[in-house]
Amino acid sequence: MTVLLSDDGIAPHGGGDASSLLEPTSGRRGDSAFKTVALAAGLAVLAILGLIAYSTTKEAWPAFQQEGLGFITSSTWIPAENKFGALAFIYGTVLSSLIALVLAVPVSLGIALYANEAAPRRLRKPVVYVMDLLAAIPSVVYGLWGIIVLAPAIQPVYKAISGAVGDVPVLGWFFNGESGRSYMTAGIILAIMITPIITSLSREVIATVPSAQREAAYGMGATRWEMIRAAVLPWSRGGIVGSVMLGLGRAMGETIAVALVIGSQPQISTHLFETGDSMAAVIVNQFGEASGTHRAALIGLGVVLFGVTIIVNVSARGIVSRFDRRSQGA
Amino acid sequence: MSPELAATTEPVVAQSPVPEFAEPTVVFDVRELDVYYGEFRAVRDVNLEVHQHEITAFIGPSGCGKSTVLRCFDRMNDLIESARVGGKILYHGVDLYDPRIDPVEVRKRIGMVFQKPNPFPKSIYDNIAFGPRLSGNKGNLDDIVEQALRRAALWDEVKDRLKKSAMGLSGGQQQRLCIARAIAVEPEVILMDEPCSALDPIATARIEDLMQELKSDYTILIVTHNMQQAARVSDRTAFFTTEVNSESDTRTGVLVEFDSTDKIFSAPSDERTENYITGRFG
Repeated sequence: MTVLLSDDGIAPHGGGDASSLLEPTSGRRGDSAFKTVALAAGLAVLAILGLIAYSTTKEAWPAFQQEGLGFITSSTWIPAENKFGALAFIYGTVLSSLIALVLAVPVSLGIALYANEAAPRRLRKPVVYVMDLLAAIPSVVYGLWGIIVLAPAIQPVYKAISGAVGDVPVLGWFFNGESGRSYMTAGIILAIMITPIITSLSREVIATVPSAQREAAYGMGATRWEMIRAAVLPWSRGGIVGSVMLGLGRAMGETIAVALVIGSQPQISTHLFETGDSMAAVIVNQFGEASGTHRAALIGLGVVLFGVTIIVNVSARGIVSRFDRRSQGA
Repeated sequence: MSPELAATTEPVVAQSPVPEFAEPTVVFDVRELDVYYGEFRAVRDVNLEVHQHEITAFIGPSGCGKSTVLRCFDRMNDLIESARVGGKILYHGVDLYDPRIDPVEVRKRIGMVFQKPNPFPKSIYDNIAFGPRLSGNKGNLDDIVEQALRRAALWDEVKDRLKKSAMGLSGGQQQRLCIARAIAVEPEVILMDEPCSALDPIATARIEDLMQELKSDYTILIVTHNMQQAARVSDRTAFFTTEVNSESDTRTGVLVEFDSTDKIFSAPSDERTENYITGRFG
């Protein structure tokens, strides 16, 4: 056997001797170490999640025991009378988050599509940069802006709208009330806060659409919008739903900004311009001076919030995977 | 070489449906076409004529600009921001790069099939119906879909699963689906950019048969890496190669020779063509 590359010290394996394949190789130890570390990290996430669920539930137990199912079906929350029904907070959290989604999703997708598909190349980076800056603003700043600037400025608008459609059936159920601090104001603030997240995540998803797909649509004489509808949206639908869900999670968990602008009234009203309250907001507002069952009930709110978030995420994943199976199915 | 010369030295009229003595209809008349990416000239000075109901093949080594030229015919290069075209491509006498031309309309008349099969992640039916729906075609979509799939020799294989995802088809079926999808728009010309390079030999043979059937109704331009394929399917062949610009050390594609396929493969007039087709590429 001739040694081909002997000058470099690199030689082909000796002819016909394969017995060395049976010997353990030291390099594989790194692999198994990595596997252990990765497994531990993965398990740690589960363990932390489990511990949080366990310890908060334990702390909240006195309130759960006292109220039973009433904790989530009753809306009477009067700490002085030892009554803790969280429905108004659950309602406020869900409603303000939904408003935020309705406002933020079209805007976010619009920005994402603009930045990826329509903007002149030199404008793309600045658009993205500004959106990322918005994400970096602390939520308390949004809250203060909401309470000092937005709420007083928008109150006359609410008043005008409810004056105009307040007596109309259906519209009047929702577009009614005239409080500057309200579900709607909270929803607007939340929408501004989650727009950067939804934008930047869906932008990344949209950027992964294969150019072959775009060309397929253009090649058949599609306009830009037709191309987006045919190629970009179907491919990125799953990822866009995912980014919307992350935005929703952020909106539901948002505390201080909502606490400042929602009005802190534990009531349930379909009127969007009415004051309300949310789970995260009431926790931050009342936790400082709470004790006993009151404190347990506030922690219980945390458990419920945790549960609602998980339900939303799991069902979102279900929707996404159904979509993907249907369109990509083999 | 001038287009007129190419037309008069055409010896293989037997392959073409056009009668021997008739003047062929010129679909594309390319005159002094240059393509630039920014400052870089990717292709220079291409002159050729594409005749109706013929298959015109573009061959040449990688980087010779054959795909770049193909993409000029349906203005796909517009999608590349830095791309710029000089010279003229006359389509039935109309310059495709006239500022009044809407590329979207161009692409409806000049369809394209790509290197990698690229069906949409939708049902087979919706893939075919996409083009007709774009044009606002109110005709019977079911019929259009069936017709297109039959023409692309795919109907029998998929007629029972039109509502299933196109992603479940094999590579060769997907490529025929893409051809059917292009046909459904009722184009005059079909551009094919290495349509078989991702397919196995059997699927390739089916596509080649299909091209022969389609050429009675369509004018086909095909870019191929595979010289045998060009020899098998095409009526006329354009051989491109690269020139090294010694100052900038960049490569520019040039059209070396354009003639009937028989002539190119049996008696090429340029030494570079001969070297390439005999495998002595230099």
